Amino acid sequence: MKRTTLAASAAVALAWAAQANAQANELTLCWAAWDPANALVELSKDFEAQSGITMKFEFVPWPNFADRILNELNSGGQLCDLLIGDSQWLGGAAENGWYVKLNDFFAAEGISMDDFAPATVYAYSTWPKGEPNYYALPAMGDANGWFYRKDWFTNPEIMAAYKEATGQDLREPQSQKELLQIAQFFQGREIDGKTVYGASIFTERGSEGITMGATGALYAWGFKYENTPGSYDMEGAVNSPAAVEALEFYKELYKTATPPGYDNAYMEQSLDAFKSGQVAMAMNWFAFFPGLYADPTTGGDKIDFFVNPAQNVAASTLGGQGISVVANTDNMDGALAYIKWFADAEVQKKWWAAGGYSCHKAVLEDPNFVNTAPFAGDFLQAMGGVQDFWQEPAYAQLLLAMQERVHNYVVADQGTAQEALDGLIADWTEVFEDEGKL
Amino acid sequence: MPNPIEAAARATPAPIARKVRGLSDRAIAWIFVAPTIFLLLAVNIFPLIWTVRLSFTNYAANRPNREVEWVGLRNYTRILTDEGTWATMQTTAHFLFWTIALQVVLGFTLAWLINRKFKGNDLLTTLIVLPMMLSPAVVGNFWTFLYQPQIGLVNYVVELVTGIPASSFSMLGPGGLAPWSIIIVDTWMWTPFVMLICLAGLRSIPDYIYEAAEVDRASKWRQFWTITVPMVLPFLMLAVLFRGIENFKMFDMVNLLTGGGPGNETLLTSIDLKREAFEKWRTGYSSAYAIILFVTVFGLASIYVKALNKVKER
Repeated sequence: MKRTTLAASAAVALAWAAQANAQANELTLCWAAWDPANALVELSKDFEAQSGITMKFEFVPWPNFADRILNELNSGGQLCDLLIGDSQWLGGAAENGWYVKLNDFFAAEGISMDDFAPATVYAYSTWPKGEPNYYALPAMGDANGWFYRKDWFTNPEIMAAYKEATGQDLREPQSQKELLQIAQFFQGREIDGKTVYGASIFTERGSEGITMGATGALYAWGFKYENTPGSYDMEGAVNSPAAVEALEFYKELYKTATPPGYDNAYMEQSLDAFKSGQVAMAMNWFAFFPGLYADPTTGGDKIDFFVNPAQNVAASTLGGQGISVVANTDNMDGALAYIKWFADAEVQKKWWAAGGYSCHKAVLEDPNFVNTAPFAGDFLQAMGGVQDFWQEPAYAQLLLAMQERVHNYVVADQGTAQEALDGLIADWTEVFEDEGKL
Repeated sequence: MPNPIEAAARATPAPIARKVRGLSDRAIAWIFVAPTIFLLLAVNIFPLIWTVRLSFTNYAANRPNREVEWVGLRNYTRILTDEGTWATMQTTAHFLFWTIALQVVLGFTLAWLINRKFKGNDLLTTLIVLPMMLSPAVVGNFWTFLYQPQIGLVNYVVELVTGIPASSFSMLGPGGLAPWSIIIVDTWMWTPFVMLICLAGLRSIPDYIYEAAEVDRASKWRQFWTITVPMVLPFLMLAVLFRGIENFKMFDMVNLLTGGGPGNETLLTSIDLKREAFEKWRTGYSSAYAIILFVTVFGLASIYVKALNKVKER
């Protein structure tokens, strides 16, 4: 009996030791489930070969990404060793100690933030904003851009009809108002025996959709969150006449130039509308552009891309993420080894080639970069003028307040743009008062 | 044959028998009941007390390092003076009233029809109850497709019948149709449930009562109002209670159909509460919100149950 017990105990101990060893040689990387994540899986095979560490991936669909991962971090879970998290999470993650501060590691390994595009370092890595405290390595540059049916835009009949209707040439929109005019021209038009529509834009209410879409217009009109950065004085900035005009514009775009039923649309719906041939133009993140270009039905010669058109200012809504080490990891050495590997210029070149948007200067400042993809030049241009939402620890409250105010005005026809923005200031003021910042 | 109790006593090992000997019946009863009471306290009562405590603080579950401050009644004041909260309550009341009203009328009518003996009765009953066997998530997803303006069956049928272009309106979009759309889906799904309860009530009425009424030459109409309705009423009230409680906490189906939108047109209290608690992470505020809802539901349910008991006593 004693021998049996001893043998069983030894077996359990061996199994436990084997499992612990396996965990030490494993890393789980968490990210959203989308095209670039698949590219990263392929790229990471090089890391596995070099390090002997097995990579596991946890990809969460975008609508649930924030909920799922923030709950995981908040509960002290050990699911993720590495996390490519949204830029807006940085403040909360730094404040709550969810991410490892990487300054010492960067210094020890010779990783310089000067090797990365400044806008991406600012947005994806630093907290407080602009301070040299790094909680992430810029991993995936991204911005909200546009794409359109090039075959329709170059169709002589359609071009002539547009000229007749507007007196102007049909071309890539050079301003937000020109974009609206083109979208309205296509709205309800018969092309190839099918009714098509102007543009698919973000109107989603639940997570971040309509905010990401509407800020594309707001930034282009010169929208600012504060009169003086860091002072939280929003009156006159958030509800400036330009901001009101921009929000009215976005509503007009939604009401007069989008497909029927697109009242809760985000990334997937935008892609579906374009790929199914319903719309002439669509907004979406640059991250999807490689997949769109490769699409056999609407990609290739039929598609082209343009940066968010300026109105008063050239500006785009920032997307993208940095890669962080989760403080709760049980494989800190492995996680840091991955960061070191990923920061390498050669790996970054492969990352871009695989479909990821590198933020490394070795990639972006390569003279041939703009020729590497039809959207590469637009990406560079967009990243030169990106603006991000609040990155405050209370960003979730700030974001949902804007979601509600903007959606209620744009989609649900409640109140005016002025009232929506005034209400937004009231909501945000309450949050900042609770935070002790006002 | 030995007495089984005596046999069990003899079979009890001596050390245990020594320990147990001398315990009163009351003590033994407590030993049996204690685990359940402990679980009840741990799972129900403690969280409730903890929620009450949190409702007076600014605690945010996603900000463990932030200092928790005692804010007194501020959360309650904000909720009760917030127009949005009252609008959400109104939306919930609208949803509750119409779903229950429609389900009671349709459920009772179906039960009354099904209660008659005819060929295919069983098959028809099975077909009618199919919707309530589906998962709310599945129902939410496929009704989203049915309501799709361009490819959805609902808009297509409306165009076919009325001539209104299918893509000119959206059942789940702006324009005031969304609150009715979710009522339609809930009614489609849960009318069979009310029907089954009513059917049980109808089948519990003895035939001899109707036979006696026939002897007294009571008309069918009079039989319906003086026999059928009063005798089914307790069952109907029970169905209303079940559906009321279920729909007050309705979340999954409506969340999938509309997410509370467009605007706040279909924002039910459960969805609003979830947003406050797990999206905005206002844990203190949402605790106060939950307590207010708890008190409301508890109060209404108590009044209703008293009324139900009175009806049953009649």
